[in-house]
Amino acid sequence: MTVVVRTITRILLPISLVFGGYVIMHGHLTPGGGFQGGAVAASGLAMVVVAFGASRLAGRKGLLSSLESLGGVAFAALGFLGLGLTFFANVLAGAGGLFGNSVPYGPNPGDLNTAGTLPLMNWAVGFKVLAGLGAVVLLFALFGENHDR
Amino acid sequence: MIGNLPFVVCMILVALGLWTLLIKRNLVKLVIGVGLIESGVNLFLVALGYVRGGIPPIYTYAPTTAPWVLPTPQALTLTSIVIGVATTALMLAFAVVIYRHKGTLDTRKIRDLRG
Amino acid sequence: MSVHAPILAIAVPLLGGFATPLLAKLHRRVRDVWALAVVLFVGACVGYVAVHVFTQGIWVYVLGARQPQETLVPGGFPIRIMLVVDAMSAFMGIIAGLLSLTAFPFALRFLPEEEGKTLALTLGLLLLAGILGMAYTGDLFNFFVFLEVTSIAACALIGFRTWTSRAPEAAFKTMLLYSVSGLLFLLGVAFLYGEYGALNLAYISAQLRGSFVDRLALALFLAALVMKAAAAPVHFWAPDAYGEAPAAKTLLLVVNTQVSLYGLWRVLFTLYGGLWDAGVGWLVVSLGLLTMVVAAFMALVQTDLGRLVAYGAVSQIGYMMLGVGVGLVTLSSRPDYALVAMKGGVFHMLNDALTVGLLFLCVGAVEWAKGTRDLRELGGLGHGLPAVGICFLVASLALAGIPPLNGFASKILIYQGSFRLSPILSAIAILVSILLLAGFTRAFQGAFLGPRVEAQGVPGVFLVSMAVLAVGILVLGLVPGFFVEGVVTPAAEALWHGRALYLAAVLGG
Repeated sequence: MTVVVRTITRILLPISLVFGGYVIMHGHLTPGGGFQGGAVAASGLAMVVVAFGASRLAGRKGLLSSLESLGGVAFAALGFLGLGLTFFANVLAGAGGLFGNSVPYGPNPGDLNTAGTLPLMNWAVGFKVLAGLGAVVLLFALFGENHDR
Repeated sequence: MIGNLPFVVCMILVALGLWTLLIKRNLVKLVIGVGLIESGVNLFLVALGYVRGGIPPIYTYAPTTAPWVLPTPQALTLTSIVIGVATTALMLAFAVVIYRHKGTLDTRKIRDLRG
Repeated sequence: MSVHAPILAIAVPLLGGFATPLLAKLHRRVRDVWALAVVLFVGACVGYVAVHVFTQGIWVYVLGARQPQETLVPGGFPIRIMLVVDAMSAFMGIIAGLLSLTAFPFALRFLPEEEGKTLALTLGLLLLAGILGMAYTGDLFNFFVFLEVTSIAACALIGFRTWTSRAPEAAFKTMLLYSVSGLLFLLGVAFLYGEYGALNLAYISAQLRGSFVDRLALALFLAALVMKAAAAPVHFWAPDAYGEAPAAKTLLLVVNTQVSLYGLWRVLFTLYGGLWDAGVGWLVVSLGLLTMVVAAFMALVQTDLGRLVAYGAVSQIGYMMLGVGVGLVTLSSRPDYALVAMKGGVFHMLNDALTVGLLFLCVGAVEWAKGTRDLRELGGLGHGLPAVGICFLVASLALAGIPPLNGFASKILIYQGSFRLSPILSAIAILVSILLLAGFTRAFQGAFLGPRVEAQGVPGVFLVSMAVLAVGILVLGLVPGFFVEGVVTPAAEALWHGRALYLAAVLGG
């Protein structure tokens, strides 16, 4: 791709990754969540694939698929965390510590440190979607390049 | 009747998708047909969740008198979109592989399996 | 831990599936042991759930609640996702557990390492999770999600041999049908949600009024599940799919069609119980007859062993639909006939799983030995592989309903029940059995009889898997009474008059 596309991609990639992270992180407070944030971040990866060519990223396929599996495992494991009560029970909510604050009463701008296991699940799903969509785009692009040659 | 118009539009989308599946002979167009049906169903779910004058259930400065929107239809739509991404990617991947073997996307020319 | 058995049966294969690629990076042996351990654990969970349900009634498990039995939030509304396991669900769970326990050891030996064994094991575990989820869930939307999980995993399994030109084609065809079926189901769920504002199966069932929208939703559910269960006139994906998937994994595809049929029974008997029973019943009966006749005639002309067995499997779907459909027609007028026919239909699900499973394992063994499944090239394998030949013969006779094998035990119940409704139905069913016998005799003769040929021997684990299923066929055929009384009758009764119990278990009172 031309130097314009590459330059714009260099500028936009960090922005899309950060914005994806923001959407994942605030999934329990604002519209958004794991899938949306992961998709936003994956659009950054797609831009890289388009701008710099898939073959330069071909070595990262294994990394992406490992990350995807890891996200899936983390999500299921967070479900097992609730087994003291029931599967998927939100044991961290209101217990203090990580994401354990209870939601303050009345109008407030939202407290990031609430909602128990939900933000953790959002992160797991976010990584899974980021890696999964990234791998899909990368594989399609790799195939296209190999075919054109 | 005018209130039902969004539902009618969704059903038209679904019907168009089914029509595409029936008459088109190109694999990618078939995938687009499935996408049309999916959009129709998703729009239908979102339209079901619409409450006139409703406010989002996570809005903390909400007036207590306004009706709140139940988030369930949005959650359903989102799940369905996620699934749709996976099925579309899978079908396109198969279309790509078929193209590599046959050099065509025309269903009339790809007939290894019949009878 | 044991209070969590139903969800563990779904969650552990899900976790196992995601962890398999990671463990494969450590060592292949670790991955194989892990996959086997997961399947064994699922088998234990499914067995425990079944014993518990058969002795103590419906088991409700609410996800994310403070207590597993807390079905209703204050206000008397079931808002959480829940699993509701009644005798029929537990029965489906047993079938899934049994077939996966035989399929996975077979698959570990059958799948070549360089042909994506890790991928196939992962997809197999995800497919198992989806199947058990469909069987156990008590929530319509959740059913849709698991339906799509099985669709994606199944199609990826069908098409993962991308270096052949036929597999992607079969997978594309199947995926198209599966995604349309899933979307039609979702549209039906959306109709019901729009009308009743709920997704819980029992709650909607209690509220159902029989309006025009309900009728529309029923039509959509029927279309979707008939498509997914490979009944005529939308059966054409099944032979391609069964023929192209790796033989060991085809067993899971067979369970997948059966669990879709289970979903159909759940919708017809529990969700719409008592509304338009007879009319819908006749529809199911005629679709069943059409399926068995079309599939049997198609089986006669096949030259590929895998496709021939696949058409045999599709025709058995017709028998289940005939049995349970007759039950649905006569449910209110002659409940005693209805129970006989439904026992036959439900029992046939187990028998079909065993016989078709064994046939596909035999196909896999033949493919392993000769590298082809074309009947025009095969022949004389009976000398080198006598055990495989005997298993194939036993399974084909059972499929055609020859006494004293298990196919006869369930088909006789279907014949009895449908004869009372109309003798023509049972006459057609018997005729189809004869056609199937002809088709499978030709297959046996083509593959196993004839002059001796050189063939590669098959590993012992293949024979163990096949022997387990063959012994099951013989035992179910020789002493069917024990199983019919202990397992099949409770499952059929759960459909027959279990709706009130199902609703009470979820909604209380």
